Amino acid sequence: MMRSVGTLTRADLAETVNRKMGFSRTESLEMVESVLRNMTEALERGENVKISGFGTFVLRDKRERIGRNPKTGVEVPITPRRVMTFRASQILKERIAKGS
Amino acid sequence: MIRSELLQAVARDNPDLRAEEIDQLVSIFFDEISSRLAEGGRVELRGFGAFSTRERDARKGRNPRTGEAVSVPSKRVPYFKPGKEIRRSLNDGD
Repeated sequence: MMRSVGTLTRADLAETVNRKMGFSRTESLEMVESVLRNMTEALERGENVKISGFGTFVLRDKRERIGRNPKTGVEVPITPRRVMTFRASQILKERIAKGS
Repeated sequence: MIRSELLQAVARDNPDLRAEEIDQLVSIFFDEISSRLAEGGRVELRGFGAFSTRERDARKGRNPRTGEAVSVPSKRVPYFKPGKEIRRSLNDGD
């Protein structure tokens, strides 16, 4: 079966940058943050972010709809909102399906 | 934004890095995430979101061209859940 592996975090990404590129831990962490920050800023500007071989972060605008408080059953309007979804590339989907 | 535009944006933030270094940084970033998912692990980037994989059950599908029934085996698929902070910041402003 699939062996259990831990959760990858910013710190792990920085650790790999440190090991493979030789920058200090502090510099490596700032570099990783820089990648994330620039993707986040593009999304906040309303741009989709498309990374070939990996996937696309797609923004979708949802219209207002009627929801229900699951505890009380009271109907409440859910305001229109923008949500982010991720569409993995075919390459990433295949790697995950194969498990390698 | 596409990968080359991400490289330019990261380069502006890091004027001391060479173009090849920025390229390597961005490659490491997405390769590490992909590899962890392929191994069946999880990736958690606080504020941005979390990547994981889910097992999708086998199902009966149909060949869209011939209409013939085929069985689609179960498989692992990627899943992404956006973080609280980005969900909020996508809806501030405009």
